[in-house]
Amino acid sequence: MNQMMPQTDRLQAESAAPKRPLLQIQGLKKRFGQFEVLKSVDLQVEEGKVTFLIGPSGGGKSTLLRCMNFLERPSGGTIVFDGLTLCREEGRFTCAPESSLKKIRARMPMVFQHFNLFSHRTVLENVIEGPVFVQRRNRAEAISDAEDILRRVGLYDWRDRYPGQLSGGQKQRVAIARAVAMRPDIILFDEPTSALDPELVAGVLDTIKSLADEGRTMVVVTHEMTFARRLADTVHFVCDGVIAESGTPAQVFDAPKSERLKNFMGSILR
Amino acid sequence: MYDFFFVLIPRHMPFLLEGALVTVQLALLSIVFGIAIGLATALGRLSSIRPLRWLLGAYVEIWRDVPLIVQLLVIYFTLPEIGLSLPAFTAGVLGLSLNVGAYLSEVFRAAILSIDPGQRDGGLSIGMSRFLIYRRVILPQAFRIAVPTVGGYFIGLLKDTSLVSYISVSELLRNGVIVISNTFQSMEVYLMVAMIYFALSFIASRLVVRLEAFLTPAYLRAGHVEAAERT
Repeated sequence: MNQMMPQTDRLQAESAAPKRPLLQIQGLKKRFGQFEVLKSVDLQVEEGKVTFLIGPSGGGKSTLLRCMNFLERPSGGTIVFDGLTLCREEGRFTCAPESSLKKIRARMPMVFQHFNLFSHRTVLENVIEGPVFVQRRNRAEAISDAEDILRRVGLYDWRDRYPGQLSGGQKQRVAIARAVAMRPDIILFDEPTSALDPELVAGVLDTIKSLADEGRTMVVVTHEMTFARRLADTVHFVCDGVIAESGTPAQVFDAPKSERLKNFMGSILR
Repeated sequence: MYDFFFVLIPRHMPFLLEGALVTVQLALLSIVFGIAIGLATALGRLSSIRPLRWLLGAYVEIWRDVPLIVQLLVIYFTLPEIGLSLPAFTAGVLGLSLNVGAYLSEVFRAAILSIDPGQRDGGLSIGMSRFLIYRRVILPQAFRIAVPTVGGYFIGLLKDTSLVSYISVSELLRNGVIVISNTFQSMEVYLMVAMIYFALSFIASRLVVRLEAFLTPAYLRAGHVEAAERT
């Protein structure tokens, strides 16, 4: 299912305004004990762009994503989001206090491989939890907002169900709705289709694509190469704790330069 | 037989029921304080503050390793030596609460740890604070998991209140003993005491079953759907 498809159909919404980097990462490091998962990663995410992180398992791409919103605390490096410093390394490594980090997370929600929905709350309650209890928005407004979003992901009729009553694909679309309801600046996706049955993957990918078509800024970790090629503005190949190669989908998929990327492409093409 | 039902019961029951009322008060107050102590202890032991974790761990260990009757005697007879003398009823509630609290803290700790940590990530990822995650996500689910076990401890506690008779609280057993010392009808009176304990525990266990059914939410009843399709 990983065969390559011709370069295609992502709408390249060219706008005149120059894109500013919304997220800037420099020299990011993460150690678990002795093990260096991220050695030194530099990365920029521009507004309105879709960035894909691909690479072999254990290469550090999920850890990199989880460091972006501090679900994982980096061991070193600098992360700046929309002018706000999450952490900085200038001689000494310092991190922003949890109170600032949580405000930044609310603007940069994540969609997880295993959905991580609140199992004691209905679909609708999952989606309005952030707007009502974090952003303190008016409940009625949040509900009508959430219902619009649920209509767009095709789950309006399921709004009063509990996560335990949904299929994996439906759960993931609820999780996406929960992220979208935050009116986020960036949405982070951590292998959003890896835990799904094959027949459920397409629905989730379509939902992600429709978000990209709205011009949303997204960072996606995935093993779905066909999807990455179709949707990405930029692809980063993460391997052995570094970004080994970056470029447009055409550059990365059709003309890999580094040996590691060539090997990786060879291994997934078989 | 006739004597027991038509003479002795009417004669002694009112006094025994007075004691039973105290038994119920002891049990209810102690479970309320015990739940508060247990929850606070569980949260403290799950916190990142190492001295607090150590201290609360020691509390749970000590209280679970000393017989309840000894704990009650220590509280009632030893605390006055350091200038803290409590009325018997208060000492009883304190002793029972601390004891059941130590056990319940383990129940709550296990219930909290049983909630998938992914839900914590889910909460963090939409900007919830750790406090909000506990209040809105983890504790509501953990409580429902803990209800049956807490109910079981409550029924145990109801019967353990009889130990408080040793520190001269006029509860059910002690009132029974008083009647016996006046009448020497030990067999009949102990039987009545047993009947009342049984009735109280039976009612309590029915109530716990009701409470459990009431608190089992739709998302748990729907659990089989998820289990069936999980890949």
